Amino acid sequence: MIRLVASLFCIAATLGVDTSSAMTIEKIVSPSGIEAWLVHEKALPLVTLNYAFHGGAAQDEADKAGTANLAADLLDEGAGDLDGKAYHERLEKYAIELSFQVSRDYIHGSLRSLNEHRDDAFNLLRVALASPRFDADAIERVRGQVLAALQRDTTNPNDLASRRWWQTAFPDHPYGRESKGALETVPRIGADDLRDYVRRVFARNELKISIVGDVDAKTAATLIDRAFGGLPEKNDLKPVANAAPSGLGRRIVINVDVPQAVVTFGGQGVSRQDPEFMAAYIVNHVLGGGSFSSRLYREVREKRGLAYGVSDSLVWFRRAAVLLGGTATRADRTADALAVIEQEVKRMAEEGPTPEELAAAKSFLKGSYALSLDTSGKIAAQLTQIQIDDLGIDYIQRRAALIDAVTIEDAKRAAKRLYGGGLLVTIAGRPKGLTSSGTTE
Amino acid sequence: MLSRINLTLIALACALASSSLAADQRDPEIADFILANGLELVVIPDHRAPVVTHMVWYKVGAADETAGKSGLAHFLEHLMFKGTAKNPAGKFSQVVARIGGQENAFTSQDYTGYFQRVPSDELKTVMEFEADRMTGLQLTDEVVLPERNVILEEQNQRVGNNPRARLTEQVDAALYLNHPYGKPVIGWRHEMEELSRDDAIGFYRRFYAPNNAVVVIAGDVGPTQARALAEETYGKIARHSALAPRMRAQEPPPVATRSLTLADARVEMPSLQREYLVPSFTTGKRGESVALEVLAHILGSGSNSHLYLGLIVDKQVAVAATAWYDASMLDMSKFTINCSPRPSVTLPQLEAETDAVIAQLIDKGVTEEELERTKTRLIADAVYAQDNQASMARWYGTALTTGASVNDVLNWPERVRGVTADQVRDAARQWLDKRRSVTGYLIKDVSPQAEKRS
Repeated sequence: MIRLVASLFCIAATLGVDTSSAMTIEKIVSPSGIEAWLVHEKALPLVTLNYAFHGGAAQDEADKAGTANLAADLLDEGAGDLDGKAYHERLEKYAIELSFQVSRDYIHGSLRSLNEHRDDAFNLLRVALASPRFDADAIERVRGQVLAALQRDTTNPNDLASRRWWQTAFPDHPYGRESKGALETVPRIGADDLRDYVRRVFARNELKISIVGDVDAKTAATLIDRAFGGLPEKNDLKPVANAAPSGLGRRIVINVDVPQAVVTFGGQGVSRQDPEFMAAYIVNHVLGGGSFSSRLYREVREKRGLAYGVSDSLVWFRRAAVLLGGTATRADRTADALAVIEQEVKRMAEEGPTPEELAAAKSFLKGSYALSLDTSGKIAAQLTQIQIDDLGIDYIQRRAALIDAVTIEDAKRAAKRLYGGGLLVTIAGRPKGLTSSGTTE
Repeated sequence: MLSRINLTLIALACALASSSLAADQRDPEIADFILANGLELVVIPDHRAPVVTHMVWYKVGAADETAGKSGLAHFLEHLMFKGTAKNPAGKFSQVVARIGGQENAFTSQDYTGYFQRVPSDELKTVMEFEADRMTGLQLTDEVVLPERNVILEEQNQRVGNNPRARLTEQVDAALYLNHPYGKPVIGWRHEMEELSRDDAIGFYRRFYAPNNAVVVIAGDVGPTQARALAEETYGKIARHSALAPRMRAQEPPPVATRSLTLADARVEMPSLQREYLVPSFTTGKRGESVALEVLAHILGSGSNSHLYLGLIVDKQVAVAATAWYDASMLDMSKFTINCSPRPSVTLPQLEAETDAVIAQLIDKGVTEEELERTKTRLIADAVYAQDNQASMARWYGTALTTGASVNDVLNWPERVRGVTADQVRDAARQWLDKRRSVTGYLIKDVSPQAEKRS
């Protein structure tokens, strides 16, 4: 029986053929001189914008950590003539999605709108960036929400393990702090600090913009000027020092009464601009990348049933790069799980991946890229990241060749470099038989 | 899981006919087939990227478990990755990884789903593997026992380590007096610890069959090819001759206001969770469920909602306040409110203020302006959803395994459009009745033994 819900137009045999004409990325420059990357995608009546300003949580003063994050949370709580309530009503009335997110180095934004309301959308974004109000009542309300979340984190094993890892790896460096700040620092942030952050960061230089949707180049350029054209020419950032993770070789146990111990582990990573980055990326996929076939997944979960999840990944910033992983295991087997992880890391450092593993990982990383480019939001975010990483507008086309170029010798060398330096391990819980070790605190 | 039955391009063309979007004709072509062996196939074409999302949904979930075997549906979901006679353990996952695919699986009260996202020219490959494990699963204690430890760790990770998840378990258990929705999907630990290979195989043989499955394929494939591939793979599997109907014990009419308190030493932020027993799309009368969806949005979604404005902005008694309703349940669903107090406010004070916000909505109703805003927002979500093939596949799969049809999904925007302010107020008056509810308090355990517990 066949029940057709709609008339069928597409009958042709397209399987086995790459039906998507390669996505075309256009570099456009607005009348006021702002550059953006555009994918003109006509299939849906939408426009998706993604952008990033250089200047994230690393710009916070140490005693006012959380400033950038609090500012980002307040940008849609009133701007220009609109108080927070009026601003939110406007967003909802036109079904506009607007969000801001702070990372260590950047403040990222995204905007999604139906085509018919895109002018309103870009106008609302303009006022949020150019004239956020930071009304006193809104600041106190949002500050209360941030503090409540921070308070909750104080007994959450995931937060405890992660926070301690970063503090230990980057003491006295802004990367060691949480972007959302701390219970002691968030109460010190005033309206002037928020205004100062916005003034220093929201500028046209070092701004990366991507647009995907049913919008042509000319219209896109106009929209970009509408949102960003009035911003100052140049940002005013504090320099952030280069850093490398410290504390490698140490193990720190944070005592908290939970049934399952949460483990964070990590070490020195590889910079995105490093010539060996791709080799390291592939090797790390073999060890602990996201699929059900990684060595850590197989050894910790499949064979021994020690954890529900275990993985690690490469994380890179402007001024540092780390390898970071985690798992969560029952308290009486945490030592076993950690021993397996450490053994696998050591084995990878010494032997590298096998040629078969290398081939499988390359095949995965090439094939899976299309899955990270199958929605407008993912495409826009990816294009912004490619701009941030300065990989070039043809990177998507070049990527497969970069992966293929990695030899088994490259992989072994990268493995030794990546995993040979030791790990900093933090554990939150009551892991049986494990105590803090290494240099005393 | 997902909150709302959703819709598609066609529905959209109707819903937005009055707007400028009507000019945007965009080749709607969703197709729905039923194969001779009873397997249902839904195809949602999206040719923007050369990838497909392939999902098989079984009409079986935690609520279909035998008493005393809680967690079994989910345990079987894990064990489905342990191999068949034809494809030994790990082979399917290795192939998915090699072709650059993603895969996973999920279990709810009403359904169990498995999916792969792969380059579109590999669709047949994953369909062959998925069809093979529909009836070909082979299990030994060697793989079953470590996996039981994995689900116990998953329980720790999701619930044991998370006081709020523990509260939800308790509130659910108190809300459903008779229906199996009162048991957690992950299971109760004492029962999970006893689950065996035989339990899993028995459950598998009862429920995994083509005539109890829906395959949803979204992405770069046309209906004709998808159907041909389904005939070649799933079509070869014999139908289950004695598939039992899904019979769950149903709820009696609720008559008592219930409340409970969970004390946990790790609670740094107390919170309140209220659940009301309400109809789902499938159990409700015409229009009831969609009115509840609109009500949930107006009452507790985002910074324009009554709970946000009333509790956080005006009275300043809360730092968080949300409402949530899941229309996609086979049996009676729940309407949930979550609030967290400001530091100086007690939970009884917060509860009283929450009740006052609800009472005011019942008394004064909702304005036409906020009703229109909400409808625009809900209907736009449907347009946004089309940007994500995996979301589309999930919405259809959820609908079709919880008693709704493809047409019900298609008509959703029309139903939203038809909701009146009176219907929203009536829904609040009828269903947000405290006698239908459980209120749970999560507080910090400060007793001496709390410190010693391990």
